Amino acid sequence: MNKRRDVLQWGLASAGVVAMEAMSPVDALAYEKSAFEAKTWTDALKVLGSPSPTESKDVVLNAPDIAENGAVVPLSASCALPGVKRMIFLVEKNPTPLCSVFNVSEDILANFSMRTKMGQTSNVYAVAVLGDGRALMAKKEIKVTLGGCGG
Amino acid sequence: MGEPMRIRAQSAAGQTTVRILMSHEMESGQRKDADGKIIPAWHIQDVTASLGGKEVFSAEWGPSVSKNPYLQFIIKGTHAGEKITVTWKDSKGDSRSDEAVIV
Repeated sequence: MNKRRDVLQWGLASAGVVAMEAMSPVDALAYEKSAFEAKTWTDALKVLGSPSPTESKDVVLNAPDIAENGAVVPLSASCALPGVKRMIFLVEKNPTPLCSVFNVSEDILANFSMRTKMGQTSNVYAVAVLGDGRALMAKKEIKVTLGGCGG
Repeated sequence: MGEPMRIRAQSAAGQTTVRILMSHEMESGQRKDADGKIIPAWHIQDVTASLGGKEVFSAEWGPSVSKNPYLQFIIKGTHAGEKITVTWKDSKGDSRSDEAVIV
């Protein structure tokens, strides 16, 4: 009797998995899901193929020292070096630190501004990946007085 | 289909600054509802922008991008009169595409 129930449950569970796979958008393959699910910022960078970036003055990260509202923290990063392929924003102490990845073409500057959510006071990183694979970064600590993740 | 994006693209001093305001809930997947159940994540995953039909960047976003995302990027050169197209796709497969003429 027990056996039969197990089999039934297993069957239902796998049916659920199949249904979920069928629902995901077609080109979800391009989306680096595991990087966005990584629990530490270094793991996220590992998945993206750019582990251990070097701190560099060539990457400029503009962000406030104190964010009164963690739900809307303006970040702006640029890298003046030629041949930037990727710009990555990370918030170290968020549940999933990877915020965004920009694949840069030669038609634009490696210069992006956006807004992120922060759960608590944390280091924020901007990483620029160059054509030769070198990864440079800038970091800044932002103090959050009101978190923007939980409810 | 979400609400239309607001796109402003201006050419000045040899470069074109594009500012975009998207309308999206960007649910983080961390919040709980009144019954203590986690509200599932629902956020924009992919963003692309193209200038006159040619892609200038593609981006992947996680749930930690703020609600109603703001994005600014800079195209090299002046492109007054050309068309900029921005497209996003969210984690539920919904998408939206809007365009603006560069001034």
